[in-house]
Amino acid sequence: MKAASRIRLGVIAALVALLELMVRGGAISRRVLLAPSEMAADLVRLLAEGHYHGDIATTLADVLTAFAIALTAGFATGVAIHALPRLRRALEPLLATYYAVPFFAFYPVFIVILGVGRAPIVIVGVLFGVVAMIVATLNGLDRIPRVLRKTAKLMRMGRIATALRIELPAALPYLFTGIKLAIAYAFIGVIASEFILAAEGIGYRIAYAFNNFDNRTMYALMLFIVGLVTAVNAAFHVAETRLQRRLGR
Amino acid sequence: MAGGAPSIHLEVRAVTRSFPRDGQSKLDALGPVDMILRRGEFVAVVGPSGCGKSTLLDTLAGLSAPDSGSIVFEGAEVRGRVPEGIGVVFQEDASFPWMTVEDNVAFGLRRAGVSEAETRRRVSDALRLMGLADFARAYPAQLSGGMRQRVCIARTLVTRPRLILLDEPFGALDAQTRLLMGEELLTLWRATEASVLLITHALDEAAMLADRVLVMSARPGRFIDEIVTGWPRERDSRIAAEPAFGEITARLWKVLRAESMKAIGERQRPAAEPA
Repeated sequence: MKAASRIRLGVIAALVALLELMVRGGAISRRVLLAPSEMAADLVRLLAEGHYHGDIATTLADVLTAFAIALTAGFATGVAIHALPRLRRALEPLLATYYAVPFFAFYPVFIVILGVGRAPIVIVGVLFGVVAMIVATLNGLDRIPRVLRKTAKLMRMGRIATALRIELPAALPYLFTGIKLAIAYAFIGVIASEFILAAEGIGYRIAYAFNNFDNRTMYALMLFIVGLVTAVNAAFHVAETRLQRRLGR
Repeated sequence: MAGGAPSIHLEVRAVTRSFPRDGQSKLDALGPVDMILRRGEFVAVVGPSGCGKSTLLDTLAGLSAPDSGSIVFEGAEVRGRVPEGIGVVFQEDASFPWMTVEDNVAFGLRRAGVSEAETRRRVSDALRLMGLADFARAYPAQLSGGMRQRVCIARTLVTRPRLILLDEPFGALDAQTRLLMGEELLTLWRATEASVLLITHALDEAAMLADRVLVMSARPGRFIDEIVTGWPRERDSRIAAEPAFGEITARLWKVLRAESMKAIGERQRPAAEPA
């Protein structure tokens, strides 16, 4: 393990230990926060009881659906916009300022148009992630060295072969940025929507526990989400590092 | 070689090329250019920066079509289509960073449907020739700039081109590496018996490597001088010590100095450089 990783782990461990001590020592009221060890124990108990397996499956399915749609639609839109420079010049400022708009404020509109249920939740997840994927795709296509396209032409490769064998792998490191953002935004969009728009899912269960002063369930589910997102990010990180080590970037 | 002068390998007649500039007007980048390359000949083209050297090479390789004029390679016209038998090495690193060295070199052969046994044989020969045998499994990012350029040369060689076009292939390398790569190029040229057209801005490189050096004018590039070096086919960088070498570079610089000054003056005026 590198020194930086050791220090990082140390900082996290120290903060968790501090929290544990402050709660157990009474510096923080149990009505506000639980000790991390208690959260972990509660989570193990909840998972063993299996009451929330359905909610976990629902949330994961919605996140994956939103991620998959954001990925494919974002990539396809990025490719299309890249091919139309004039449209791109027109759209670029809108894409750049997209995340400045707190569109979650429009959630009543989603309810009115789409109703309550899983569809609007997935759509919010897609709306969060798709633009990050569009921007990453544009960036990736921009960064393909011109000489690689010339090389493809020298090898008498057709348009589709050039796209699949040359352009896609050359742009992949940049697409990865979009992929990571799309999954992160899919989690944020889906879970935030579940607070408001759902009658099932982890977000809904957290909100329900909060409204019923059920701190033990609430913190256990929060811990579950943190663990899940960390695991997903770690998996992407490993894949990306492996790719980058090869490409030397 | 039996029977008089070698035959004409590549013939360029009155080729011009321009690029659109701010909507209506055009930027004349090249020509009209006329030249002949004989079979097995090593010709260098020198010229001031921005004179259309790379445009010439792209047009000769069939990567872009000329506006007017004709390019005939081995008796057939080249017009915006890359003919079989031409290999190109660019200045920029054109290796595929996502592939190992051997996969990079084998890529073109596999695409062309050459059998796997034949591909392996040709790839290992080319890697050995370019001193890359120990790096077959390495990725380009693990190699130096000079070695990556060798990967690109090896990738060109395995297709057995009869005409090799090189666009400032050593432009990004340091002076000593350039010299050695130049010698390697001479060795390859003798071994493959291909015709070579080398585009460079380095006068000493042109004077040392080529049988004949063509000098291009400032934009729009045309040939304004031709120097036959008269070197024997067996030569290496030691000819730089010959008095004739000094005479050739001095003459090249005399012609090029005026053109380079024009090119610099041109760039100080606001004009869009073709991409």
